[in-house]
Amino acid sequence: MDTVTSNESATQGLPPQRRVGLGRWLSRYGLPLALVLICGVLAWVSPHFLTWQNAIIILRQISINGLLAVGVTLVLLTGGVDLSLGSLVALCGVAAASFAHPGEYPVPVPVLVGICVGLGCGILNGCVVTVGRVAPFIATLGMMTAARGLALIASGGRPVSNLSDSFLWIARAELLGVPIPALLLSVVSVLTWVFLVRTRWGRHLYAVGGNEKAAHASGIAVTRIKILAYALCGALAGLAGVVLASRATVGQPNAGVAYELDAIAAVVIGGTSLSGGVGGIGGTLLGALLMGIINNGLDLMNVNAYYQQVVKGFIIVGAVWLDRRQRN
Amino acid sequence: MIENRMLDAPIPSRSEDWLLQAEGLAKSFPGVQALQGVRLAVAQGRVHAVLGENGAGKSTLMRLLTGEEQPDQGVIRLRGQTVVIRNPHHALTLGIAMIHQELQVFPALTVTENLFMGREPQRGILGWIDRARMMTEARRLLQLLNIPVSPLARMGDLSVAQMQGVEIAKALSVQAGLVIMDEPTSALSEPEVSALFRIIADLKQQGTAILYVSHKLDEIFRIADTVTVLRDGRHIATRNISELNPEKLIDLMAGRELNLAGARPVLGVRPDNKPSPPSPKPAAALSARELTRQGAYTDISFDVHPGEILGLAGLMGAGRTELVSALYGLCPADRGSVFINGQPVKIRSPREGMALGIAMVTEDRRGQGLVLPMSVKHNLTLANLKRYCWGPFILTNQENRLADEQIRAYRIKARDRNQKVEHLSGGNQQKIVLAKALLGEPKVLILDEPTRGIDIGTKSELYPWIRQLARSGLAVILVSSELPEILALSDRIMVLRQGRLSAELDPRQTTQEEILKFAMPT
Repeated sequence: MDTVTSNESATQGLPPQRRVGLGRWLSRYGLPLALVLICGVLAWVSPHFLTWQNAIIILRQISINGLLAVGVTLVLLTGGVDLSLGSLVALCGVAAASFAHPGEYPVPVPVLVGICVGLGCGILNGCVVTVGRVAPFIATLGMMTAARGLALIASGGRPVSNLSDSFLWIARAELLGVPIPALLLSVVSVLTWVFLVRTRWGRHLYAVGGNEKAAHASGIAVTRIKILAYALCGALAGLAGVVLASRATVGQPNAGVAYELDAIAAVVIGGTSLSGGVGGIGGTLLGALLMGIINNGLDLMNVNAYYQQVVKGFIIVGAVWLDRRQRN
Repeated sequence: MIENRMLDAPIPSRSEDWLLQAEGLAKSFPGVQALQGVRLAVAQGRVHAVLGENGAGKSTLMRLLTGEEQPDQGVIRLRGQTVVIRNPHHALTLGIAMIHQELQVFPALTVTENLFMGREPQRGILGWIDRARMMTEARRLLQLLNIPVSPLARMGDLSVAQMQGVEIAKALSVQAGLVIMDEPTSALSEPEVSALFRIIADLKQQGTAILYVSHKLDEIFRIADTVTVLRDGRHIATRNISELNPEKLIDLMAGRELNLAGARPVLGVRPDNKPSPPSPKPAAALSARELTRQGAYTDISFDVHPGEILGLAGLMGAGRTELVSALYGLCPADRGSVFINGQPVKIRSPREGMALGIAMVTEDRRGQGLVLPMSVKHNLTLANLKRYCWGPFILTNQENRLADEQIRAYRIKARDRNQKVEHLSGGNQQKIVLAKALLGEPKVLILDEPTRGIDIGTKSELYPWIRQLARSGLAVILVSSELPEILALSDRIMVLRQGRLSAELDPRQTTQEEILKFAMPT
């Protein structure tokens, strides 16, 4: 192919980079830096912050949101959204709890039931969005409402209680000092990261979110990838529902209200774009951690929980605003 | 046709007589010094062309003049007065109007509403929009420019050429002293180009200055009075058109000898020695029989053989893109059949097309060809990731090696394989789309307007590559609206007129005029 006679190198005509450094460095390291800064401030303000027990508390608190956030990252990367997460948490918690009464089934059964119910709902979400061509906002809004109704029906409107010890073990136990839910979050995060960054389907997922028409023209099975994203998101919501039911010791049909918003907030703070194609698991985890640490810090400072809501709102907007500024 | 060149306006001697002067303009973006020490001087009633290669800085310069960006250094003077153009709205009030290459219109609103967007005439203290006055004025402007469009028409229903006409009417209505046109003919057919040039001649007569950005040298020589050449963000030369010829211009733009061997020169002048016709043709790689799609094309049948380039000529809207999209599976036909190597096939999606050995470079590289937020490497391998995978896992080393090879082989100008493609120039982006399509080792390659919006330098690289691809055994289908290009590259030409095949021509014996004759609606 080298028929032209000149000897240009690939970068001739491009001047050496001088100021690229700062802008890109900030957008890559800005969030971890903010995290370190906030930890520093909190450590100074409260002596209880930098303790192992507090770290465990934070890990426990972010586990459920973290699982949801990792799942919804996949959906947001395709340019979609999933508003049904909170309702799925409730539905799957109720479903799992129904199979978790003492002496009935071994523990893996309720866990699998919870995950599978979530998976099924996720697949349904995906099909409505792709084959049904309904906007993700509307499709998952419908699922949010319907799933909540199903949870209430399945539970008869009352919490499903009397759960076996081995089921309750899931949320309570620790392995080497780390709570099981946090371990679950770690394993799930690593697996999802590998999926996104190292496998073909992960790359296809980024392409679908980045430019769906180009992905289709490149021979990517767009429909299948999207359904996969919603399915995995639903499955993780199911897992989150199992963990929540275990922690709360009941399958609560009214659990999880507005959980999807916290999950999406974590993802967005972490740098994933709402229009798709940009972002990743690392950012999501940092976002969830940031939110968890700030909540924890405000708790330690005895700030009224209502004020915490306001602070959270500012952080969400502030983080995204900063991110946009750096990108431009 | 004869361009109505009025007596050229005299060259101003005092600074106040120049309409626009810019000196020492500099602008940098993260990692790139887009402009450095650029100067420009535009006189009233003249067409001033701005030319330059990949990344020469033309778009940046236009953005500075319309207020979309602010210069880091330099000064802009309008009629002798220094101005700071704060934003596009301010530019409009200063009398600088721009017709963008990708038209920025409101498709859901009417022509009139588009014309007066932001400057609606108002009545009374509450600011009611004076619709009657808007309509009358809109009608007047459209008639003045001879644009056959109703003021009540929905903007989105118009053709590209009509929308452009409305944009120009808009520029007139703000009494723009300077109209900037960015690649105005890239989506126009020949008769529409002539209509545009007539409008430009009218504008000149009224004293309006035109800044004309284009890659098409033949147009520059038809319409421009003065030419400014930019290269690598610097001002290279400004000359009157009478002092220039195509070779000198190309030299100025590229600053090096361009090897045009392997393709007949880009201006459509035919060389003396023509390659002999291929002796007994191998069996058709792809055959189409009676392909029909309602509203697009009817009863199209043709063959294309390995080693040949089949050119598809025709006006905008003749159905060429729709036809080749059917072959690739983007937009299947309603009726008819396709055969690959004699076997009947059904192609319902690009996946199936690619599996059958068909690859396509679509006409809209930003919309369908590339995933802009992704890197060069990721885009290159997107259609064929399976080759660089072990099971589901991507083999990063192999992928990196491949990307580097492709960047070298295609001479893609990027910082490295991880740079996001949205920051690359059109020519480099197009090379990536081509490389991506070829990675799958297709047997049939469809090129839809492969050199649209691309500078001369990259075009002259692409032409020999396309010829070489055919020589190495690919069957190539080339859709192009540039007649010189079709004549230079094709072994056979088919002309589509309003969805039907109107002629099959031999490029060695036909002319641009004959092709046009078969392409124009009867």
